[in-house]
Amino acid sequence: MTQGCAAPVQTARIPATVDLANEAVIQGTVTRDGDPVSSAYARLLDSTGEFTGEVVTGDEGIFRFFAAPGDWTVRVLAAGGVSVDFTITAAIGEVAALEVAI
Amino acid sequence: MSRSDVLVDAAFVEAHLDDPGLVLVEVDEDVSAYDKGHIRGAVKIDWKSELQDPVRRDFVDKTGFEQLLSGKGIANDDLVILYGGNNNWFAAYAYWYFKLYGHGNVKLLDGGRKKWELDSRELVVDVPSRPATDYKAQDQDLSIRAFRDEAVEAIGTKNLIDVRSPDEFSGKLLAPAHLPQEQAQRAGHIPTARSIPWSKAANDDGTFKSDDELRQIYADAGVDLNKATVAYCRIGERSSHTWFALRELLGLSDVKNYDGSWTEYGSLVGVPIELGEPK
Repeated sequence: MTQGCAAPVQTARIPATVDLANEAVIQGTVTRDGDPVSSAYARLLDSTGEFTGEVVTGDEGIFRFFAAPGDWTVRVLAAGGVSVDFTITAAIGEVAALEVAI
Repeated sequence: MSRSDVLVDAAFVEAHLDDPGLVLVEVDEDVSAYDKGHIRGAVKIDWKSELQDPVRRDFVDKTGFEQLLSGKGIANDDLVILYGGNNNWFAAYAYWYFKLYGHGNVKLLDGGRKKWELDSRELVVDVPSRPATDYKAQDQDLSIRAFRDEAVEAIGTKNLIDVRSPDEFSGKLLAPAHLPQEQAQRAGHIPTARSIPWSKAANDDGTFKSDDELRQIYADAGVDLNKATVAYCRIGERSSHTWFALRELLGLSDVKNYDGSWTEYGSLVGVPIELGEPK
């Protein structure tokens, strides 16, 4: 059966099957008082503000997208009414990294 | 049909958790979410291992569905409330599936797992035990399911709604941006399809937009709400979400979900494909 469209469990290690040379990766870590935050929601919005994807952080507080090259907004939602936006540029073969302290 | 016939909010679920005849069901692709914590009393359904045929690409058949629900302790006259991750994609897919096999009383928890978590509501790890039932399913209601030939026939005649992200629609990406992109099929969309990502129907917290907002969104994108409609995505779960918005919330009579979706259409030999921005 074809893999579903759900986001995989978010881990610090990028799956071995992924060839980073062909991917434009946006990733980040969500922390609260220095500790990783699980069950935070990272939403990827394109340059027009259109929703593109969403993942849930795991125990390490990590989120990761395989985007197209270009400018993006990452919106992080978390319990307690947290909603913060970051703008970032993705490029093939690179990992664009964000540190999100909430 | 009104919204309360098909959708409940978190307060309702908290107030009715222990009602006899009510079964909460969490549906995810990744069932570890359920294992780490779920709404008290909820049973889980695994989107892949329990709803899909293990060999052919199709759903479990009627007998398989009967066995599944009997084993979960779900009876024909139970009110089933579905919820899950990914803004209820898989819960909406399961909802469509319960309708396909004729379950009478099924609803979605608005906002699903996400809204529940963002509200910091209680999650537990205890797995409930429910006595087995003798569930009887109906034959598939094919008035809500489209196959590949109907997708091709719909070109230029019915509303075709592509609910994938804009980059999947235009052909820049073959899968959502949280997945690696290597796949063996053609990119693009079905000609004449409107690009209306499923996410347009949902708020940030995963709840559905109001009926008026929904009507506006589809009308603005050129969908004639009086015509028959076929919705598709990559494998049919995101389009279940839009199918739910159109048929169950707005009450349109002829809306089908094309569950073969892009992974089938984009692999068919000889069918027309369009690339680029919406026309």
